Amino acid sequence: MNTPFHFHTQFHLVTLLGLKAKNSIELLDGIKKVPPSSIYYHTHRFLQQHHYLSPEPPNDFAYWLTNILNLKRLGEAFASVDTVSFANMEELRSDFIKILTEYISEGRYVAECQAGEEFHFMACKTFVLPMPYVAHNLREFAEILDKISIDSLYFHMFEAPRRLGRQENDFSMWFKSIGENELAKRVSGYDPYTMTLESLRQRTVGTVRRYAKY
Amino acid sequence: MPSISDYVPIIGQSTIDELFLLAERLKGKAIQNINSTSVGGGVAEILTRMIPLLKQLGIDARWDVIKGNEKFFGITKNVHNALHGVNIQIPPEDLEYFLQVNNENAAEINFYGDILFIHDPQPIALIEKKKDIARKWIWRCHIDFTDPSPDIMNFLKLYIEKYDCAVFSAPAFSRDICIPQMLISPSIDPLSDKNKELPEETIRTILERFGIDKERPIVTQISRFDYLKDPLGVIEAYKKVKKYVDCQLVLAGGGATDDPEGLKVLEEAKSMASGDPDIHVIFLPPASDIEINALQRASTVVLQKSLKEGFGLTVAEALWKAKPVIASAVGGIPLQIAHGYSGILTYSIDGTAYYLKQLINEPEYAKKLGLNGKEHIKNNFLVTRHIQDYLLLFLSLYHEGDVIHL
Repeated sequence: MNTPFHFHTQFHLVTLLGLKAKNSIELLDGIKKVPPSSIYYHTHRFLQQHHYLSPEPPNDFAYWLTNILNLKRLGEAFASVDTVSFANMEELRSDFIKILTEYISEGRYVAECQAGEEFHFMACKTFVLPMPYVAHNLREFAEILDKISIDSLYFHMFEAPRRLGRQENDFSMWFKSIGENELAKRVSGYDPYTMTLESLRQRTVGTVRRYAKY
Repeated sequence: MPSISDYVPIIGQSTIDELFLLAERLKGKAIQNINSTSVGGGVAEILTRMIPLLKQLGIDARWDVIKGNEKFFGITKNVHNALHGVNIQIPPEDLEYFLQVNNENAAEINFYGDILFIHDPQPIALIEKKKDIARKWIWRCHIDFTDPSPDIMNFLKLYIEKYDCAVFSAPAFSRDICIPQMLISPSIDPLSDKNKELPEETIRTILERFGIDKERPIVTQISRFDYLKDPLGVIEAYKKVKKYVDCQLVLAGGGATDDPEGLKVLEEAKSMASGDPDIHVIFLPPASDIEINALQRASTVVLQKSLKEGFGLTVAEALWKAKPVIASAVGGIPLQIAHGYSGILTYSIDGTAYYLKQLINEPEYAKKLGLNGKEHIKNNFLVTRHIQDYLLLFLSLYHEGDVIHL
């Protein structure tokens, strides 16, 4: 008997850290100091708040460097960090620190933002909640995935692997557990950071339906 | 009053189901909201809409209002202005009186809530009751805290830091204080009289009643008559535009019962508008929501030229109606408008006049801004998202840690 898949959802409550930056040096100081939940928030917020837009601004740091400080090259370096390849927020933080340290060590003019346009460090508390949806096979799985909220999809694809320390996304782990290794590999192969959540849902539902036995 | 299920066509069934799941986790907890006015202003408006919806979700949410006389509200208005960075000295005897009125209220109020949810500075010193009754206390700041006068900030900090947490509407309002600070943006209700769809006939009748010509461009600012909303600056911007573009200006709004300054500002606006029949300065009594809705819907461009702003709900209201909005980049307004994408952000009267001419002359561009703005409001600033944040806020008082499994 296969273990059924229990769908969960998650919500974020945003916390303010009372810490801000007006230039790249202060941004580096802040990135070094803030808790991991702040790195997580600033690299994942856009996914949910603007999930209807594509392409997405990739993360708050890149957005601020590019659009407020007008540091386009540095902004692009932040934007192109391969978020999906980092196992946790500490590794991701180290990469940001490396990029900024290298940039600052080149000794360029330190651009400052206008008053009122500072980067405000925030973080989030995440609440995980079981949903009353359980899938016993791929057919049921696809049906549920088609109707659950975008927050639930987000939890299983982003939150679980990035913040709860799981090896990969929850869907792929379950597919493997029921012997659907090829399907697991396909879904694991997505770069979910480069599509809207709605596209991710449709793509996943479509793939699962191809493997489901009707 | 709408039922919670009436929101399904707007935000989807799954989001409503999730609100019920969260609310279940708060069974048995009474939430007691306390503020200083039951009518007028954004706080009263949000509570009026939100309390019945929370009740439908099964939450025991209630609302009490503190009592105060003219002297008290005169002082709290000065406190409000000082927090907005206006250079006002508040004498110690006024602060004493402020505390005295808070103490009198604390003695009279029945504190039945498990969570005491205190809104804005007027009732802030009720927190002194915590040492007697314990419970969980939240201070919800709805005003612009970017640049508060240090004296008044230091005075309020003595009380803020006694709360379990503080809630602000924009990241820039965050302060160096020793309690957790949360970010929760306020919201609008798409089904309220102020925001629901209106028949063309209703809009036409209301325009006729105010003598506004539907055939020519209408530029509108809806807000209380308050210096911080800069109605005089709006008239100045309109006068600059009027030299080149034929249009009408509507300045409409009411006054809150806790704002004694309103009538003075209204008179100044009227006097500045006199002699131009295309400027309509309209003082709206409470319960004018349909009129406000109609004026916004009839507008060609909506302005919000505030000098300071807690959040600027009128921006969200106008964007929800897919109107192009030109607004000052203050308070929570930049959270609602990405410049050139979902509206226009300005910093001056000249800037406002420049973009106003542009939007009246380029209706296709203006339309695109309005449509993008509507989508952004739908995803981030409707009352259902606000309710979700409040449920999480209440739950956070009972759970430690960054990741909480409910």
